[in-house]
Amino acid sequence: MSALPVRRFDAIIVGAGGSGMRASLALAEAGLSVAVLSKVFPTRSHTVAAQGGIGAALGNMSEDSWLWHMYDTIKGSDWLGDQDAIEYMCRMAPKVVYELEHFGMPFDRNPDGTIYQRPFGGHMANFGEKPVQRACAAADRTGHALVHTLYQRNVRAHTQFFVEWMALDLIRDADGDVLGVVAYEMETGEVMILQAKATIFATGGAGRIFAASTNAFINTGDGLGMTARADIPLQDMEFWQFHPTGVAGAGVLITEGVRGEGGILLNCNGERFMERYAPNAKDLASRDVVSRSMDQEIKEGRGCGPHKDHVLLKLDHLGPEVILKRLPSIREIAIKFANVDPIKEPIPVVPTIHYQMGGIPTNVHGQVVAPNDGDDRAVVNGFYAVGECACVSVHGANRLGTNSLLDLVVFGRAAGEFIVGQRLDRESHKPLPKGAGEAALARLARIDGNAGGEGTAAIATDLRNSMQTHCGVYRNQALLSEGVAKVMEIEARAQRVTLSDKSRTFNTARVEALELDNLVETAKATIVSAEARRESRGAQARSDHPERDDTNWLKHSLWYRDGNRLAYKSVNMKPLSVDAFPPKARTY
Amino acid sequence: MKFRIYRYDPEKDARPYTRDYDVELAPTDRMLLDALVRLKSVDETLSFRRSCREGVCGSDAMNINGKNGLACITNLRELREPVVLKPLPGLPVIRDLVVDMSQFFKQYHSIKPYLVNETPPPEKERLQSPEDREELDGLYECILCACCSTSCPSFWWNPDKFVGPAGLLQAYRFIADSRDEAVNDRLDDLEDPYRLFRCYSIMNCVDVCPKGLNPTRAIGKIRDLLVKRAV
Repeated sequence: MSALPVRRFDAIIVGAGGSGMRASLALAEAGLSVAVLSKVFPTRSHTVAAQGGIGAALGNMSEDSWLWHMYDTIKGSDWLGDQDAIEYMCRMAPKVVYELEHFGMPFDRNPDGTIYQRPFGGHMANFGEKPVQRACAAADRTGHALVHTLYQRNVRAHTQFFVEWMALDLIRDADGDVLGVVAYEMETGEVMILQAKATIFATGGAGRIFAASTNAFINTGDGLGMTARADIPLQDMEFWQFHPTGVAGAGVLITEGVRGEGGILLNCNGERFMERYAPNAKDLASRDVVSRSMDQEIKEGRGCGPHKDHVLLKLDHLGPEVILKRLPSIREIAIKFANVDPIKEPIPVVPTIHYQMGGIPTNVHGQVVAPNDGDDRAVVNGFYAVGECACVSVHGANRLGTNSLLDLVVFGRAAGEFIVGQRLDRESHKPLPKGAGEAALARLARIDGNAGGEGTAAIATDLRNSMQTHCGVYRNQALLSEGVAKVMEIEARAQRVTLSDKSRTFNTARVEALELDNLVETAKATIVSAEARRESRGAQARSDHPERDDTNWLKHSLWYRDGNRLAYKSVNMKPLSVDAFPPKARTY
Repeated sequence: MKFRIYRYDPEKDARPYTRDYDVELAPTDRMLLDALVRLKSVDETLSFRRSCREGVCGSDAMNINGKNGLACITNLRELREPVVLKPLPGLPVIRDLVVDMSQFFKQYHSIKPYLVNETPPPEKERLQSPEDREELDGLYECILCACCSTSCPSFWWNPDKFVGPAGLLQAYRFIADSRDEAVNDRLDDLEDPYRLFRCYSIMNCVDVCPKGLNPTRAIGKIRDLLVKRAV
């Protein structure tokens, strides 16, 4: 065994955003010893940037039903979502939202004192008939309100946080069981093994593999990289959501709640073009549909500005009162990042990478599953994943707005409760395998020992630009094949990344070099899966294969790092208690 | 663009020093954080915290030309050169622009920053009128960046005893919440010569808050409640 110090817990959670802290709350309140690791102080996790709302059929504004929510989610997913998981999430939604309210979350209120809900893209009543107000909102700061509330509740539960610790690699034994992680303390440069009976990844997304992204700097796919290096496949990584409204040039998110409150998209002729693409839902069609429509307008020369490279989001007609009350942060962002006051002028926007639908494959308990001995969904003992880094799969090929916060809380809670039910306190820790942690130490030694290569920033910039060019809104075979080759070249360069700063004290350059390994794994998984899928479904739009192909492609992709190979598994079309929703044409 | 930046790595430097940089910026570099990221691509030893780059996570608080603020929402055009960057004042420096925020969070934790309500909740949401909810506006939006507390002379002098503007703003966020049942306990806890009453209304906190919040007003409201309770 390596000489690394070891600390033992019942459970460790990597990541302290919405899903990690919902899981830790369940575990800490049940009295388990739980440690939560995070690269940043918990309230700085990227959940804090979510704006518009959390979806739940509370029916506070008009009649609503979890079954309609389920239908919208399946349709939004372009039928790639697993229907058992989607039913579970939509049925649980009201319960978890009420819980958040009971924890103290400052939701906006209706005159009768109930939680305010706003319209959002793809949220419809009666199986797609007409828009419904389902997004439970705290102004346009719902993620901020949620992550602070969960942190506060964890303070109350005495959850133990390891702040500014980065997990480097998983530890698996000869049986394939996961026994914990090797972690790096940023302040001191110390490396330690954190051993646990349950290891939960809640590491969030990896939007930083693209050049133009709404994502925070920390979203580097660390959980995905660690999982891939531990020989566990990543699922449906070709599906990346472009949010229709990122501030042009800056990438900062403008919530879909703006369109929910009545904002509209205009081209250079002042035309509300979404009426042509989605006659029923218009500006509130699903995100993939709106992003592609915007891309089409810009390509056909109807973009705005001197370079005709964006469209306009108009909301001045809502009036200052609605904007100041319901969308105050949006106004702040528009003034700061686009030099426009949306009370008077429209905001320039472009489709911007926002969310990863794929991730670490799990079941509804958050248990990580991978093919083994003929079972497509064999559990990896001791390993769980929740939130954006996981693929359960409720979002399929395209996520509905507000289902991300919901996913965090529903499955963070589900994994926590499931682990509580396992009675881990009665079990002892399995012995650590010989050489535990050596791979992570070797990675650190490689980065510190390399000489003569390039710095992290140059390599990471090339990776982001390549992904942006070769894996954008519209994809085709030639573009993707070239992209795969480029990413593989960049991987070779990343192996030789050279660090000029060897200090042990808060060395952010070393952290960025470690993150680069994870960005590379995520980018490979994404572009290799995208190249192989020869159809258009949800966020994967292939101009050379424009139709959805249910005969050949109604299946999940599984990418393995070893051999850079792909396998596939079926979509679960069997809900838990209701009739299945079979695939049909998807129009809004 | 010219920068003068506080540098200190305890492993290499006997004492802190300032280093001058002249950075060529790209036309797309709008905010101070953009310039820092560009600078780090040239000199990767420069350490600072950053994450969301849009002013909601509170990571990149620092002292910018003598005033605390967030690098990611500070427009480069508003800064005179050389731009002088220092760590947040009053907290121990770990390295360069990275400070040890333990004392700041200890004070935040000390005010019981969570809703206290022991009444069994209803099956649905607890009801709250829009007017009662409005009482939380200007309070709950705090991002815990510490710009306010580290600009407060009272917090510099007594960081262990004075809660500081950020913690007191959050204390009032729960006092003001119609759903909270611990108002009296919260007031008891703050009725102390140091915890609350070290605020001398200097109002640096209001001046620097990147979210436009007003801790001094919240502190005033807590004082009013204490007075009202006494009579």
